[in-house]
Amino acid sequence: MSIPETGAEALHISSAAGNTPVIEFCRVGRTYSGPPPVIALRPADLMIRRGEYVTVVGPSGSGKSTFLNVAGLLDRPSEGVYRLDGIDTAALNERDRTALRGRRIGFVFQSYHLLPHRSAVENVMLSLLYTASSRKRKRKRKMAAEILERVGLSHRMLANAGQMSGGEQQRVAIARALVNRPSLLLCDEPTGNLDTTTAATVLQLMDELHADGFTLLVVTHDPGVAARGDRAVVIRDGVLREADPEQLTAEAVQATVGDV
Amino acid sequence: MCEGSHRATKAKQLALALALARVRSHVRAHGRGPGPVEPTRLAFRDMVDEATTAILARPTRAGLTVLGTLLGVAAFVAVLGLTATASGQVSKRFTALAATEVIVEDAPAEPSTADTPFPADTEQRLMRLNGVRNAGTYWQPSFGGGEGRGVTVTARPPSIDRTAGEPLTVIAASPGYLRAIHAQVSTGRLYDAFHQSRNQRVAVLGRAAAHRLGITRLDMQPAIFIRDTPLTVIGIIDDVDRQPDALLSVLTPSSTATTLWGAADAADGSPPKVLIETRLGAAPLIAQQAAVAIRPDNPDRFKIIAPPDPKQLKEQVNTDLGALFLALAGICLVIGAVGIANTTLVAVLERTAEIGLRRSLGARGRHIAAQFLSESAALGLLGGLIGTSIGVATVVAAAVGKDWTPILEPATVLPAPLIGTVTGLLAGLYPAWRASRIEPIDALRR
Ligand SMILES: Nc1ncnc2c1ncn2[C@@H]1O[C@H](COP(=O)(O)OP(=O)(O)OP(=O)(O)O)[C@@H](O)[C@H]1O
Ligand SMILES: [Mg+2]
Repeated sequence: MSIPETGAEALHISSAAGNTPVIEFCRVGRTYSGPPPVIALRPADLMIRRGEYVTVVGPSGSGKSTFLNVAGLLDRPSEGVYRLDGIDTAALNERDRTALRGRRIGFVFQSYHLLPHRSAVENVMLSLLYTASSRKRKRKRKMAAEILERVGLSHRMLANAGQMSGGEQQRVAIARALVNRPSLLLCDEPTGNLDTTTAATVLQLMDELHADGFTLLVVTHDPGVAARGDRAVVIRDGVLREADPEQLTAEAVQATVGDV
Repeated sequence: MCEGSHRATKAKQLALALALARVRSHVRAHGRGPGPVEPTRLAFRDMVDEATTAILARPTRAGLTVLGTLLGVAAFVAVLGLTATASGQVSKRFTALAATEVIVEDAPAEPSTADTPFPADTEQRLMRLNGVRNAGTYWQPSFGGGEGRGVTVTARPPSIDRTAGEPLTVIAASPGYLRAIHAQVSTGRLYDAFHQSRNQRVAVLGRAAAHRLGITRLDMQPAIFIRDTPLTVIGIIDDVDRQPDALLSVLTPSSTATTLWGAADAADGSPPKVLIETRLGAAPLIAQQAAVAIRPDNPDRFKIIAPPDPKQLKEQVNTDLGALFLALAGICLVIGAVGIANTTLVAVLERTAEIGLRRSLGARGRHIAAQFLSESAALGLLGGLIGTSIGVATVVAAAVGKDWTPILEPATVLPAPLIGTVTGLLAGLYPAWRASRIEPIDALRR
């Protein structure tokens, strides 16, 4: 098994996105065994290359989260072959699967999932707990502080996560996802809990990360968000289909998505 | 990208399944070979940090959880400490008296009146043994006429007043006997080797005997009459450490008694015995040597009564007292374990989302298990440490209150916090296992 290079080795890599595939779906499908069995994702092909910004849109219950969970190695496909960074994920044992998830994927959840009684910097360091090559606390702290500065939170580093605003919390969560330099950033409704202005700062940050060369896969309800990506994927009733993000204006999304 | 047609035929699926099976068996056969990415890990120090942080986040809950373990360990330390202290005290007292006492009884194969079991110089023979402090022969003389042990003793000549008199025990005893029982006179003196060698007609009264005879002062040189024989009272014994019967008796030199009433007669009086006071720890040795020292020609005729081994006595005390309380300590520990198990299980359920998050960040099932196990172990250790302190304090307080020396053996105190830790570990096993089995996707859905 060849071991391809990790994605963003440094934060500021050029956006000369290579052609290396990060995600390869070959007839990947997911059926919840039930009863009754639910075909949440029908067998689909998809390739996402390094540096791409792909958005996923679709109505509620269409299978967006299912797709993201399979892509993030939180769930196993019930059929098909899924390669992440060229590694066939079906053959992996728990140890290697966890390692791949921890080192190559960064998650940003709609509900942030921060530990409320710990400071921003400690929340970011949590990501380094299992993956850092250095065991020195000082060094981990420095890495976490750098990332927090990158997401514009250097002044809130020691604040308790539970006492931060929604936008700040989501930026801490993004920093936590970035700190161990993953190949792929998976975001499930990252702005779902935020008001429009706060959402704008988070979206701005994601644009910047894209410009820095990160690979982003973002699930959203919001057509405005969906239009920001290089590519858009529309899911309906578990069927995955590519769409042109330029055409994903509010009406287009309504047309594709609205008639549930 | 998917190597040819997207419509996977049955044959292709089969080939894929076979390939996967081959990879899996390869992985199995070659054990934990290097994976495609470096495995994640959890450093021990980080694990301890996480456990400490989690416990400190809920100090009240931790305090209440720890209570059962705390009581169990405290009871454990206190019980073992108190029994050690108490038995130390028992053996101290035991040492002072019984442990230094050896009695030699005459038990001839064929009893014959002609034979005197103990030679006149018995005392001197025994004193030559290393380890003997005092030794003396003693018996109750026979007065004939079936009067037996209580003989009428009066303070006035019976020829004058035949009605008065008290039935009292008379003991014929060599001077060494008085020293061996630690006789202390309130007035007058004890008789000694001089009186003994001259068969002097003197007597020493026990406190109670003197009271019954109405004798309190010795400056008039009072006499007592045993039958018609007068004896001069030279001392009144106020207290003894052993053989308290002496306080109720009239004691007279054994040589005098032999002259007056003949040798000891087991049939009427009492068989003669020898009381030996030894130095501390010498009793077992003296018990072996005494018979030969007294009668090298016929040592087998004696029966030796030696004190029991003080170690055995100590153990007896330990088992009697300890068993019940140790059982109680065990019950406390079980309750403590259930408490920790319950709290840890609640923590697992409360923190399911956190578990999911950690899994998404690279924690393996075993890392999650280790985290919760270390939390429960830390709770147990905390209970163990506080419990040990309380147990030690209890022992010291109880000992000081009773004016005893507290005895805390390192063998019981040092492993006590460990008992708490093990309790915590055992209690954490099930919750930790549950936590490690939670699927990340289920956890994150919360
Ligand atoms: N664990 C499960 N067991 C059974 N069915 C499930 C499970 N998870 C999801 N489903 C079903 O699969 C379908 C897709 O669910 P999914 O969560 O992927 O939708 P979604 O597009 O993310 O919806 P939303 O926009 O509301 O988050 C739904 O019909 C859902 O009810
Ligand atoms: Mg969803």
